[in-house]
Amino acid sequence: MNKVHTRTVRGLAVAAAGLLAVTTACSQRGEGQGGTAESGPCQGQQTTGITDTSMKLGGIYPLSGPASAYGEIPKGVKAYFDYLNAEKGGLKGRKVEFIVRDDSYSPPKAVEEARRLVEQEQVFALFQTLGTPSTTATWDYTNQQKVPQVFVATGASKWGADKNHPWTIGWQPNYVSEARVYAKYLQEEKPGSTVAVLYQNDDFGKDLLDGFEKAIEGKDVKIIARQSYEVTDPSVQAQMRNLANSKADVFLNITTPKFGSQALAADDAITSWNPLHIVNNVAAAMSVLRPVGLKKVQGKLSSTYYKDPVDPQWADDPEMKLYKEKLAKYAPQADPEDQYHAFGWAVADSFAKAFAQAKCPTREGLRDAVRSMNNVKINMLLPGVTMQTGPDDGFPIESMQMMEFEGERWKRFGDVIDTRKEFGPLT
Amino acid sequence: MSGFFQQVVLGLGSGAIYASLALALVLIYRFTDIVNFAQGELAMFSTYIAWQLTAAGVPFWLALPITLAVSFLGGVLIERLVIRPFEGGPELTVVIVTVGLFVFVNALAGLIWSFLVKSVPSPFPDGALDVGGVNISLQTLGTLGVVAAVMGLLFLLFQKTKIGLAMRAVANDPASARLVGIRVGRVLALGWGLSATVGAISGILVAPVLFLDPNLMGGVLVYAFAAATLGGFDSPVGAVVGGLIVGVAETLSGAYVDAIGSDLKIGVPLAIIVVVLLVRPRGLFGHAVVERV
Repeated sequence: MNKVHTRTVRGLAVAAAGLLAVTTACSQRGEGQGGTAESGPCQGQQTTGITDTSMKLGGIYPLSGPASAYGEIPKGVKAYFDYLNAEKGGLKGRKVEFIVRDDSYSPPKAVEEARRLVEQEQVFALFQTLGTPSTTATWDYTNQQKVPQVFVATGASKWGADKNHPWTIGWQPNYVSEARVYAKYLQEEKPGSTVAVLYQNDDFGKDLLDGFEKAIEGKDVKIIARQSYEVTDPSVQAQMRNLANSKADVFLNITTPKFGSQALAADDAITSWNPLHIVNNVAAAMSVLRPVGLKKVQGKLSSTYYKDPVDPQWADDPEMKLYKEKLAKYAPQADPEDQYHAFGWAVADSFAKAFAQAKCPTREGLRDAVRSMNNVKINMLLPGVTMQTGPDDGFPIESMQMMEFEGERWKRFGDVIDTRKEFGPLT
Repeated sequence: MSGFFQQVVLGLGSGAIYASLALALVLIYRFTDIVNFAQGELAMFSTYIAWQLTAAGVPFWLALPITLAVSFLGGVLIERLVIRPFEGGPELTVVIVTVGLFVFVNALAGLIWSFLVKSVPSPFPDGALDVGGVNISLQTLGTLGVVAAVMGLLFLLFQKTKIGLAMRAVANDPASARLVGIRVGRVLALGWGLSATVGAISGILVAPVLFLDPNLMGGVLVYAFAAATLGGFDSPVGAVVGGLIVGVAETLSGAYVDAIGSDLKIGVPLAIIVVVLLVRPRGLFGHAVVERV
């Protein structure tokens, strides 16, 4: 017994010594990892993950789990980079390697994957983390490490206005901008109208609702009823019934997909209340509308900012043709009609254009480039929607266009609304 | 006033949903003496089978019996393969296994059918009755009817059949039951099969309203537990009455108590569970456990 005990102790000691050696080795390598530019105007800036012929990017998406529908986005991104590598000689001569990791939409896993990408894969930058929770969980880390975290796929407004996280930037129109588009539409087309709001009780729902409230301040549009739901609630039927009692003229539907379907179906079932129904962009996907039945969603309103691959209007559009042709070539399994592939394509094009104008091929260079985009045109965005950023403006896209559901698809109407011009910058 | 009754009807509608799953919980508890956390997920999985059949063109009324039969076999198989190894062990072990089953079945459904929302055809017609300004949807009436029928059948099974007697004996004391010649293994497998079938009915009833995705039953399960606790975990009548009370209480407190609103509605079933366990642990219709010492 005693012998066994001694042996265990000795074993532990050896293990501890080994562990110590490994840790030291790691920390030494850790210090050595941050390569910097040795001369020229970019001297001293970080060049980890980038050479004259290659660039390593890492993306974190929910490839599994409840939000795995978004797992299609990286396929569009990858197809774009593969197309660049094969036909355009890469990005300024650099072949782009895009590493995709799965976080199942779980913030702790996102942090783990971010660390792996930065410390083990030694990526140049994180190109997209998806979802507000996962991005919130990782942005302290990326900013401490001074790793660019660009064009995160979430519409929360905090990415743009925050001064403490200069290495993180969003891409798509934020929820406040979207709310402003609806507010402007109502004020012009339905002055004097009353609004009932259903919103998800989290960052996403509150961001959009707050934005809407601020945008209608002092205007002739009034919220007279609001109901929230938790993502754990089985159904929003009771909330819908309460909203119906308000007899509001307009129903603003701020939900995520499943609850979006429920609210659309409930609106159809409640025959005594027939408001103008505005459904937010997140729940305006065909995969939300189809289960409800397209007959029941006629005349619903929403807004958008990029070209819908199923819209016949773009059949002869050169950008759309290029997208469909190259996606078929470089991602043959991906359905070109799926809007998430188009989204991935557009955001990858944004990256290429941002990097093309970077002064230095360094992490600092990328960080500054994504915040100095002046009216840059991006493939697959609607005509009139461009990217515009500044040192204090981290909101690349702030223009959207209203659309109405007609027949089997969304039809855009009216002008593209630049919310920056209409409402001033976001703070 | 019609506004108030409208809320009550809505509450009964949600209550019927909770009751339908609570019935499956009660059933498995009566057969095996365990609380099955995976019951909701099994019901969700069965609903996907029904959806898959109808999506492949099988008419609903043919898809229904097929789904129920497959669910029964699935339940039996799970008992044989997953639960059997832990039979005779502490109850807690089996309960933990059902929690694992919960996670597994959820992930499996996501893997097979993705997390995109699906629509399941309703067995009941669209539309609603208008009774004095109160709107009662046919879906709600149909659900209540089916839940009542299942409740009646379970009551008959428990009280009037030999299987019911054997089942009570097994749940009470498996060793003694075996000594008097009851095939304990078969009774347990039957319990899993039947409760999976009742769960399938529940899933098919609620999916047209809630829309089908792998998290279909996650939210419902909490309320179903509250319903079963309130009504008494061993009583089908209790499960239904409990479900309806929970549904109405939740809806009314959400609508009329400002402090609760729709934010804290989820707290209502929790409060009910706590109060019932403190005041009357066996539930409204449950039987007190009497043990001879």
